Amino acid sequence: MKRVNVQSEDFNVATELAALEALGGGGIASFTGVVRGGEGLIALELEHYPAMTAKQMERIVDDAMSRWPLLGVTVIHRFGRLDPGARIVMVGTASRHRGAALESCAFLIDWLKSDAPFWKKEHFADGATTWVAAREEDAAKAKGWS
Amino acid sequence: MAQLSIVYFAWVREMIGRDEEHIDRPASGTTLAELIASLGARGGGYAQAFADPSRLRAAVDQHFVSLDTPIGEARELAIFPPVTGG
Repeated sequence: MKRVNVQSEDFNVATELAALEALGGGGIASFTGVVRGGEGLIALELEHYPAMTAKQMERIVDDAMSRWPLLGVTVIHRFGRLDPGARIVMVGTASRHRGAALESCAFLIDWLKSDAPFWKKEHFADGATTWVAAREEDAAKAKGWS
Repeated sequence: MAQLSIVYFAWVREMIGRDEEHIDRPASGTTLAELIASLGARGGGYAQAFADPSRLRAAVDQHFVSLDTPIGEARELAIFPPVTGG
């Protein structure tokens, strides 16, 4: 099973995990990223490159599926304006054993951070806005897998 | 002459003030860095956005490439800052 979605609407983590659990493997791993609050942040705006985003996410998922024996992968990434605490992204993986599920889940989120065409803009209560700068350590983490 | 679509994202889009434009595609051996320099020479928001190419990333026909890549037969070029998804 391979499920890759780029969407503005929220998703239901329990429903997504249940679909992975139903595949008959013994191990399901998942990661959920939500908008970090604090420091006056009122919203996070996610821009993306519609012609490329889903294709690029498919390439990353295909890479994971060629590296680990996976029964299923779910990757959902939202775009648009999100409130603090809102879900941004989820990765779920199913395999017969926990090692492959956990490792591939970490691989997928590391690569989504450094290789999926999304850009985050922070909106603050005082009206200020800032484009989030890419972190060198995120690129290094992704490269660490190759 | 073949056309090239150029799309811009994030602060590159904001500085330039447009998200897409179409130009006559330069000679196939022209590198992206050379094309970006010629766009920067237009001045204004272009000069501002393209002042430091080390802050820019690019994709040709929806594949990430380095700025020393020749434009070749590209149909769509995207120029943007390093990505920050996940």
